[in-house]
Amino acid sequence: MDISQVLFYALSAMALGSAIMVVISRNPVHSVLWLIITFFAISGHYILLNAQFLGIVNLIVYAGAIMVLFLFVIMLMNLNAETEPQKNKWLKLAGVVAGGCLLLVLVAALKQAEVKGKVAELGTGDIGLIKNLGNALFTDFVVPFEISSILFLSAMVGAVVIGKK
Amino acid sequence: MLIERYIYLAIALFCIGIVGVLARRNAIIIFMCIELMLNAVNLLLVAFSKMHHVAGVAKSASAGIDGQLFVFFIMVVAAAEVSVGLAIIVMMYRNTHSVDVNFLNRLKH
Repeated sequence: MDISQVLFYALSAMALGSAIMVVISRNPVHSVLWLIITFFAISGHYILLNAQFLGIVNLIVYAGAIMVLFLFVIMLMNLNAETEPQKNKWLKLAGVVAGGCLLLVLVAALKQAEVKGKVAELGTGDIGLIKNLGNALFTDFVVPFEISSILFLSAMVGAVVIGKK
Repeated sequence: MLIERYIYLAIALFCIGIVGVLARRNAIIIFMCIELMLNAVNLLLVAFSKMHHVAGVAKSASAGIDGQLFVFFIMVVAAAEVSVGLAIIVMMYRNTHSVDVNFLNRLKH
């Protein structure tokens, strides 16, 4: 087992463990902090796959900007473990069973799929580098790129209009 | 790394997100679980893009790059979604003084 496989399993365990902690921790601030750890693990996966641009963007946009926004809102509302609304335990159990059923169905469907022997190579290839991504972004994908700027503008206006009342 | 392992990892993360949406009542936690599901899909898209790169590199040097650009656009849409969604949650908190989604049942009556 070489170093990249060890890293893969370590990052996977980190992502899954902290994702479970997001769901089960009672304090919303702790949930946000666990989610940041999940995003760090996923960024590690991106870098392992040599998608360096996406790894860094994931850190800056998700772990940096979006999670800070969540923290701001939680602290603004002064939420903590005492004010946390709880479902009754049968509804929680029903949620876990429903999620487990989905997991079962997806894994069973994957058993039938023809993905045997296909590999995603770790640490090779240069499609994840900024140069190649930028080339494709500003030639083939330039119209969606411009449309996404309009989307941002409308999201900004929408957030201000909703928040102003 | 075999692609199946990435698929299993993404399925597990996605299902944890589903369980969070179904089992929690705090609107912010539900929103965070949606982010978790988006990230599971992003991870899978990057893994598939590397898989197609290996298969199609003989035809063109940038085979599979579309997958990574989709991830980029998903991140853009997620950022816009979070700004509007959190504004709505703040609005709901101002009206009901709670982030419990069970208060949002006016369509039922």
